[in-house]
Amino acid sequence: MTSALWLVVTVLVYLLARAAYARTRLALLNPALVSIAVMIALVVATRTPYERYMTGGRLLSVWLGPAVVALGLPLALQLATIRRNALAIGVALAVGSLTGIVVAVSVAWLLGAAPPVVLSLAPRSATTPIAMVVAARLGGIPALSAVVSIVSGALGGFIGVGLLHALGVRSPLAVGLALGGAAHGLGTARAADEGPTQGATAGMAMGAVGVLTALLAPVMIAALRWFTSGR
Amino acid sequence: MADVARFAAGLALLVGLNLAGEWVVRVTRVPLPGSIVGMITLTVLLEAGVLPVHVVRRPAELLVRHLALLYVPAGVALVAYVAVVRHDLVPITVAALASLVTVLAVVGLIVQRLGRDE
Repeated sequence: MTSALWLVVTVLVYLLARAAYARTRLALLNPALVSIAVMIALVVATRTPYERYMTGGRLLSVWLGPAVVALGLPLALQLATIRRNALAIGVALAVGSLTGIVVAVSVAWLLGAAPPVVLSLAPRSATTPIAMVVAARLGGIPALSAVVSIVSGALGGFIGVGLLHALGVRSPLAVGLALGGAAHGLGTARAADEGPTQGATAGMAMGAVGVLTALLAPVMIAALRWFTSGR
Repeated sequence: MADVARFAAGLALLVGLNLAGEWVVRVTRVPLPGSIVGMITLTVLLEAGVLPVHVVRRPAELLVRHLALLYVPAGVALVAYVAVVRHDLVPITVAALASLVTVLAVVGLIVQRLGRDE
């Protein structure tokens, strides 16, 4: 297949996956995950080198940067709510981003994962496009970060509300921030089902955790390296 | 026609902010992706009222709605790492799950204790 054709096929597969998800609402049929799986199957089946696929795919990937910039719009629309609860939100998201990185990295490292895999897990809490750029900067595998971020986000949307209720967390603000902060886009979608406050604050948490993770991940990796080499 | 022009202008602005962010990162060496610097810049410009929301609303909403499509090609790169993933499947799964549950609990509990909005 030519690269232009691969581009068209990618878009078609995505639209079909989206339609299937809209019809079934099954968390497992997450459109991004299904699209990636189907495209990998097609690339493997046609024995297409990844580079050849990517000459078409790049026409989509170049829009990731501007799309991350666009996330500034929902963030700006939430600033009034953020200010009113500045202390709670600031502390929760800073501590949350930090523990997200430290837990993912140290568990993977303790279980003996290869260094590039450990680094790919650092930005797990960040929304997929941000997780990918952070992984690239750290020396991880952006594609792995993308899939980990999507799968754990889908799972967070699935188990998040139940887990929070079991912990006695019920305020709309707390539920929204936890879902958006821990499970980014898919957690935000789930939070929006709970109510408008939950949805809006989840979107804000997703943006803030993305920024905090991008800032904190290199620092935490350096700190953990220093800590583990010292003993 | 005016709609198309406005959409194109908003889109060009988002692309421009992304490029500007990358340039800032290259020059100042801040440890952030350029697109994040662009996103923060957009938030500040909108909040300060320098940039009216309607200028970027349509293109921004379109990009955010179809974010998933944009990272499909990058996700396909996983074909090159099948062996790596298979080898470390257990650590990857356990670490991601542990991180997910901790962040949910930490953020939820802290906001519940300190928040003002009920």
